[in-house]
Amino acid sequence: MNYNFVITREDWSLHRKGEVDQHRHKEKVREAIKQNLADIVSEESIILSDGRRVVKVPIRSLEQYRFSYDSRKQKHAGQGDGKSKVGDVLGSDPQQAPGKGPGAGEEPGQDYYEADVTIDEIEQIVFEDLSLPNLEEKKNKKLASETVEFRDVRKYGIQSNVDRKRTILEVLKRNALNGNPGIHGITPEDLRYKTWEIVPKFESSAVVLAMMDTSGSMGPFEKYIARSFFFWMVRFLRTKYENVEIVFLAHHTEAKEVTEEEFFTKGESGGTRCSSVYQLALDLINTRYPKDDYNIYAFHFSDGDNLTSDNEKCIRLIDQLLVKCSLVGYGEIEGPYYYTSTLNSFYKRITHSRFVSVSIRDKNGVYPALKSFFKNSDQKGGVSS
Amino acid sequence: MSDPVLLEMQQLEAAIPKMMEIARQFKLDFYPMRFEICPGEIIYTFGAYGMPTRYTHWSFGKSYHRMKTQYDYNLSRIYEMVINSDPCYAFLLEGNTIIQNKMVAAHVLAHCDFFKNNAYFSHTNPQDIIETMAVAAARFRQYEMVHGQQKVESFIDAVMSIQEHIDPHQSIRKRELQHDKSGCCNKKDNSPYDDLWKLDQSGHGCQCQGQCPSKQGKHPPQPEKDLLLFILENAKGLEEWQHDVISTLRDEMFYFWPQMRTKIMNEGWATYWHLRIMREMDLSEVESIEFAKMHAGVILPSRSSINPYFLGLKMFEDIEKRWDNEFGEGAGKEKIYEIREIDNDVSFLRNYLTKELVEDLDLYLYRKVGHDWKVVEKNWEKVRDHLVNSMTNAGFPVILAEDGDYGRRGELYLRHVFEDKELNIKYLEKTLVHVFSLWNRPVHLETKIDNKVALFSFDGEKGSRKFV
Repeated sequence: MNYNFVITREDWSLHRKGEVDQHRHKEKVREAIKQNLADIVSEESIILSDGRRVVKVPIRSLEQYRFSYDSRKQKHAGQGDGKSKVGDVLGSDPQQAPGKGPGAGEEPGQDYYEADVTIDEIEQIVFEDLSLPNLEEKKNKKLASETVEFRDVRKYGIQSNVDRKRTILEVLKRNALNGNPGIHGITPEDLRYKTWEIVPKFESSAVVLAMMDTSGSMGPFEKYIARSFFFWMVRFLRTKYENVEIVFLAHHTEAKEVTEEEFFTKGESGGTRCSSVYQLALDLINTRYPKDDYNIYAFHFSDGDNLTSDNEKCIRLIDQLLVKCSLVGYGEIEGPYYYTSTLNSFYKRITHSRFVSVSIRDKNGVYPALKSFFKNSDQKGGVSS
Repeated sequence: MSDPVLLEMQQLEAAIPKMMEIARQFKLDFYPMRFEICPGEIIYTFGAYGMPTRYTHWSFGKSYHRMKTQYDYNLSRIYEMVINSDPCYAFLLEGNTIIQNKMVAAHVLAHCDFFKNNAYFSHTNPQDIIETMAVAAARFRQYEMVHGQQKVESFIDAVMSIQEHIDPHQSIRKRELQHDKSGCCNKKDNSPYDDLWKLDQSGHGCQCQGQCPSKQGKHPPQPEKDLLLFILENAKGLEEWQHDVISTLRDEMFYFWPQMRTKIMNEGWATYWHLRIMREMDLSEVESIEFAKMHAGVILPSRSSINPYFLGLKMFEDIEKRWDNEFGEGAGKEKIYEIREIDNDVSFLRNYLTKELVEDLDLYLYRKVGHDWKVVEKNWEKVRDHLVNSMTNAGFPVILAEDGDYGRRGELYLRHVFEDKELNIKYLEKTLVHVFSLWNRPVHLETKIDNKVALFSFDGEKGSRKFV
């Protein structure tokens, strides 16, 4: 019998349909990220990512909605190994995450879509609106070093800088044009020389003085806000400087330098004297981080409940810091209680262009805070969110 | 082409006619076959789109990405991809071994037989479907160029949100209506190009200026299940291209609908036959072992869901055995051929999922109790009824359009036919937003939450809900 069939194997290498739509999908993910930056910037999976390159970011706007049943309230069918009875537990899910059950794949309902994005991609989007202010001041000759870069090729130069390869190429060209191909007869016109240019290379080091109030009123939430902020701050500075160091200074009534771990986790109790940490910062700048070698960014987080008698001293110290630092910032994390005179209201008296104070109420406030700290220099400062 | 690839193709070229001969001897009846060997990305593309020539949409990109990621990480493999078309296109994964592809080919022959013979597929136009979809995709690209990608994409998003709300029995209904009224809308498609001519005409596609008797109108005597049709006929302010998009997606759903209603039968049928066909092929010991492993993987049961390959296979074998026992050898085979012609999953399960099967296969129902997922039901009737129910309307809730002029303000009133399952509230609220963008006036949905009648609405700016 004659069977009507064909087997073929075409060249599919140009078939881009899946790729094209996937690209479009990636674009949508990007748009969604941009629209939800406030949420994403403080997303735990990023802040606590420990350096992993690809993170899962829940994106709630890419769901395809339809009229569907609420699967959490329903029964589902499954198949056992022969000995199942009523009451058998198939799986357990202590975290109340929607739809997690035994086995992957056809599970009842995930409420949101998780996109795999690399931190670099998110960075790009987050940093689009951030810029390093006060760059003009860095053109200070003292801060710039000169380097020599070989960037150019010219017809004249020093004999020792002859670019042999390019010269031979010129010979070949000329001979071919004359109808006489080959490498022979090098004339002076063929010679090519490598030449250098003097390029000013701007300072390549920055240091972040991270200061945090670790008195009893700064709980894990407040610490997390601070952590999110510093996470992005450091990453951003790393794109601008070759070398970024962070120094962690924690204080209550007294200040001391701590490790990163302690900075973000340890809580103290007791009162708050912010001037202690500013003083410590100044001391460190004078001893370890001379202004000529480092670009200094100082940022202090607190809940604002400072010893009132200390406030004047804080302002004086901040003025001193402003002389040495590229940027000084103060972030106040609003707690559940309303303080009538917090540090923030006090700092409104400081009108220096390099001082920024922000007030953050919840996770969504981190991104606006970043933006106001790293704003373009033609915008006003001192924004609260 | 490199040597091993050429060798593989030659082996397949030799094996496939043998399998087709064996299949024909088993009385399987399929369209002419077109097998295509292609790389993973392609198969996953088709898997995500459902059809090789379907239009472009980001959601397909999302599915493609997910499938491909799972494939790349070796989490799952699509083995087979076959399309209900005449000639029947089947795609074999390039990286498969020769035995895997042989099994896929056998499996696919049975699928093709199912597509050709099951009654629910009779109106799916297998000869034209690929071309039709390609042409539609080209039209959509054109719209994107004229109206902008964003606009077209958001509109498609909105239509897709209610795409499954069609009435698969429309052919019966139309015949009833046409029976009593003479007049313009009796025109059936006389040529394959009628749907193109209709594009020039607005609304229902005939010249009667909306006086068609078969058009339901804004106050349908019977609530309309086909939401897409209702919107097509009654929504205000839809542009020509938007009409086309709705109409095309609706046609698409009619094409895919039978596949959605016969999943268990179809996979069971194909598994049943790939087993028998492969047994007739002269496999070496090594090949037999590899085949056995593959087959075992395909029918692996799952604790959290029903494996259609497994259930379908067991049911067909059970039916064959029972009929042979009762009516003599050969009766079983006859019976299963009959079933493959006339049944769908709902009738298949309702009639043939027996107490013995439920108990032998250890099927149960489970749900979340507190923090745990627990088995809650082992009574065979309850299990069977649950399965049958969950397949009604292909698993989608039934939403009817009751009034296109609600409140005499041109608002759309939808009602969910509530039986015992509640709707996902968050989803329905977002879907109403989509429906609004199609209807262009406020929309409402009536359903039941916690045993109380609830009315959800969206007026174009914000949603609201109240308990009636």
